[in-house]
Amino acid sequence: MSDLMIIGGGPAGLAAAVYAARKQLKTLLLSKDIGGQVNLTLGIENYLGYQFIEGPELIDKFQSQMNQFPIDQKIGGKVSRLEKTTKGFQATLASGEKYQSTVAILTTGKRPRKLNVPGETEFTGRGVTYCAICDGPVFTGQRVAVVGGGNSALEAALDMVKIAEYVNLISLTPLTGDTLLIERLKGSQNLSIFLEHETERIEGDTLVSGIVIKDRKSGKRQKLEVSGVFIEIGLVPNSELVKGWVELNQQGEVIVNCASETSVPGLYAAGDVTNVPEKQIVVAAGEGAKAVLQAHRYLQRLTV
Amino acid sequence: MADKKVVIYSTPTCPICKRTKEYLTEKGVQYTDLNVAGSKELTKEMIDKSGQMSVPVIIIDDQVVVGFNQGKIDKLLS
Repeated sequence: MSDLMIIGGGPAGLAAAVYAARKQLKTLLLSKDIGGQVNLTLGIENYLGYQFIEGPELIDKFQSQMNQFPIDQKIGGKVSRLEKTTKGFQATLASGEKYQSTVAILTTGKRPRKLNVPGETEFTGRGVTYCAICDGPVFTGQRVAVVGGGNSALEAALDMVKIAEYVNLISLTPLTGDTLLIERLKGSQNLSIFLEHETERIEGDTLVSGIVIKDRKSGKRQKLEVSGVFIEIGLVPNSELVKGWVELNQQGEVIVNCASETSVPGLYAAGDVTNVPEKQIVVAAGEGAKAVLQAHRYLQRLTV
Repeated sequence: MADKKVVIYSTPTCPICKRTKEYLTEKGVQYTDLNVAGSKELTKEMIDKSGQMSVPVIIIDDQVVVGFNQGKIDKLLS
């Protein structure tokens, strides 16, 4: 049994692990990966100490700092269940292994939001992608669709007009991203923008061959021939593990107070999975550190 | 480990590809890095071998790993 279990290996979880080790807590880190969303981040120019650093490089630095300390790590397995026990918390991995701790910190972050339309799951990795910077170049010279109207969608469209044959930008609403990005896009010759259009389904055989969209005003449908579909419609919190027994807000984020406490005593949360505003690496790392220091006080109170 | 043939299909802009390559290097694994960006031939080869259009695709001998799946990579290399 550990003193502390950290679930999630992004900036919040890694900062928490370092702070926990320095408090000499017997700590276990459970995560499907190290780095979380930072693995999908190319350049970082706002993390203090580095004028510019690439996501993977920053994560390597976090990881080597953490590895200086004796922290038990189980990386690669997905936690499928987390529950409150009489002595604290128990996590069960998809493989069936169980781990117990007195206190727990949830740092599970966010993941890309899905459209939930037919063909999406089937063609994920076969033309449907949630990482435009990763897979964009695979679609060089091809026709693609970018779904979304915020900054991520606009940035994906801006990258793709440079290398794709043709780009269709499909937004359910008027564009909501920065005016600067919208202005930059408007000069593109190989771009069509479909505003207030719903994406109905993604079609194909073994790979994506098209997308069906519907005009929300006229109800008119049309099929666009594309081989790539970039879905950039925001993020959802990975809070399923605590759904139903820990208070969440309407967006599904774990509600924490300024001491990083959730609605369940002994369970803390930090980073993008929480309702703390501003999803930034530096904020997540800070929140992770704070959660551990608070959890440490809680443990001290338990032992007196 | 030395006798396994490791190929990674990647793009230069893909952070997770970079992390995968760093991981292989740390483990002392020799690999061939194929940049599919702008190459129709290599893109086709990757799709033919893996059915995937998302990078990274890692081929260890004839086994396909999609994405930076550390557990699966370790297993196939051991």
